[in-house]
Amino acid sequence: MIPFLDISTQALFGQLLLGLINGSFYAMLSLGLAVIFGLLNIINFTHGAQYMLGAFAAWMLLNYLGIGYWWALLLAPLIVGATGVVLERLLISRLYKLDHIYGLLLTFGLALIIQGLLRNQYGVSGMPYAMPKELMGGRNLGFMFLPNYRAWVIVASVIVCFGTWFLIERTRLGAYLRAATENAALTQAFGINVPLLVTLTYGFGVGLAALAGVLAAPIYSVNPNMGADIIIVVFAVVVIGGMGSILGAIVSGFSLGLIEGLTKVFYPEASTTVIFVIMAIVLLVKPAGLFGRTA
Amino acid sequence: MTAHDASAPAAAIGPTSASLPREAMATYRLLFLGLAGLIVVAPLVIYPVFVMTVLCFALFACAFNLLLGYAGLLSFGHAAFFGMAAYVTGHAAKVWGLTPELAILLGVAASAGLGLVVGALAIRRQGIYFSMITLALAQMVFFFCLQAKFTHGEDGIQAIPRGALFGVIDLSDDWALYVFIAVVFMAALLALFRIVHSPFGQVLKAIRENEPRAISLGYDAARYKLATFVLSAGFAGLAGSLKALVSQIATLTDVHWSMSGEAILITLVGGVGTVFGPIVGSVIVIAMQNYLAQLGAWVTVAQGVIFVVCVLAFREGIVGVLARRLKMRL
Repeated sequence: MIPFLDISTQALFGQLLLGLINGSFYAMLSLGLAVIFGLLNIINFTHGAQYMLGAFAAWMLLNYLGIGYWWALLLAPLIVGATGVVLERLLISRLYKLDHIYGLLLTFGLALIIQGLLRNQYGVSGMPYAMPKELMGGRNLGFMFLPNYRAWVIVASVIVCFGTWFLIERTRLGAYLRAATENAALTQAFGINVPLLVTLTYGFGVGLAALAGVLAAPIYSVNPNMGADIIIVVFAVVVIGGMGSILGAIVSGFSLGLIEGLTKVFYPEASTTVIFVIMAIVLLVKPAGLFGRTA
Repeated sequence: MTAHDASAPAAAIGPTSASLPREAMATYRLLFLGLAGLIVVAPLVIYPVFVMTVLCFALFACAFNLLLGYAGLLSFGHAAFFGMAAYVTGHAAKVWGLTPELAILLGVAASAGLGLVVGALAIRRQGIYFSMITLALAQMVFFFCLQAKFTHGEDGIQAIPRGALFGVIDLSDDWALYVFIAVVFMAALLALFRIVHSPFGQVLKAIRENEPRAISLGYDAARYKLATFVLSAGFAGLAGSLKALVSQIATLTDVHWSMSGEAILITLVGGVGTVFGPIVGSVIVIAMQNYLAQLGAWVTVAQGVIFVVCVLAFREGIVGVLARRLKMRL
């Protein structure tokens, strides 16, 4: 153990790992927000609730239907994504011609409804969700102990983030999406079904949030408020990174998680506020965000 | 559908109106007198502490409405100003033993100062970003209040003494406090009315409708927005300070983001950009909270449903619809 500013390397790497895990969730959530915002021009305030729904879906699948973690990883995003598609078709699609503020208010209301309903049903104490057997235990890396599940979360989120980036930047479907983001009317004139693309994009973004929720379920307790606080941090992440670029969302998500982890080591009192402080500094120095395009 | 689609103008928030003609002024005078009459009669019929709570939240929403309804800026962080003022007033009255008017003054000064910092940062971005930044900074204030010593964490500041106004009039009596709150409320409402209908308010509307044009006419849009933000934060702080005296507690609930949501809900229900909307909205929302309190989280669900319904089908709010039907400004 090398003493480093009075802090053991063990603790330092432990917090860095935690930070990286938080960063994985920030990255996945801000990625979904950015994708949705790009095409729908709506800040999806329900995103936190949908992340929470993902965790709940996994919990329900296990406790009511006996369906385990690996299937939940596939099914929960599909189920929650499908509810997102319904929401988009029934409610959100009515707002596209209005001021963007209304989209924020509507999705805020939806988040209140979802959180309230689940609070009524399951209380606020939170329920444990068991780790899959395959990922229990961990390994000693010499300088720190690495639990297998946490390593998996980081790997999985890197894969998901890279996959999303690839889908949007390197495939034909992604090209349609980018075209529609740039100019919806013109894209539609080329015979591409933009309303369908919009609906699917929302469903995809929501599914991404739900996937993050399933990954989070074994780490944090599954409770109705788990999405409410993280979404505000993710908003700050999005303001810092700017929503213009996919890579920007990913990079700022991971790095802010790391910075938060480091703050927990060196100045724990500031760990809850450090991201907001960074946001304030970024606003002063580069108001458009680090990776943002000026509107 | 996209940010780059400039052809379809976004539906403006709040009414678009020029300066006040004389007959409108006369109507307003009557309405203000009617409101004052209602406030005098109300405590004879309804529990006065309830009416005072309604007035505090109405003022809170009016302050928020100044920003959304007249400058088109949706702040999602007004709980920070409301709650911070409640804490400062509570601390000043309880620990420093200041008289209520001084404690309120300190609370307002604190929230206006906070508003200056938050506003200066938030107006650097527009639209939805503005909302996200105010929300994030307010969350930072929440965490500050969670950790700071003087706020007493989860317990909050309890048993705040109401004290004696100017050291003379004892406010521990509900009726004395009621008169004080009612007078301050009416004064604040008239001040807000004056601000909105002043040349300053007209410039604000111009900026809301077409910012580049207002700038090209020589108005410094950023300074106008910042001034409005500070005013709004100050009035929200006044509401928080008064609330601290009425309920005699200041807790984390007051700085929590759900309190910001409450200001938005009250304004939306009553009518964004109307003078009396926030008051009507406050009566409805506070009554609902009071009567549904034993149903726990169903209040949250009900609030969410009202949000959804208002946004989808009732964007003008109650007073907005009334104003359209009666073809007058309210």
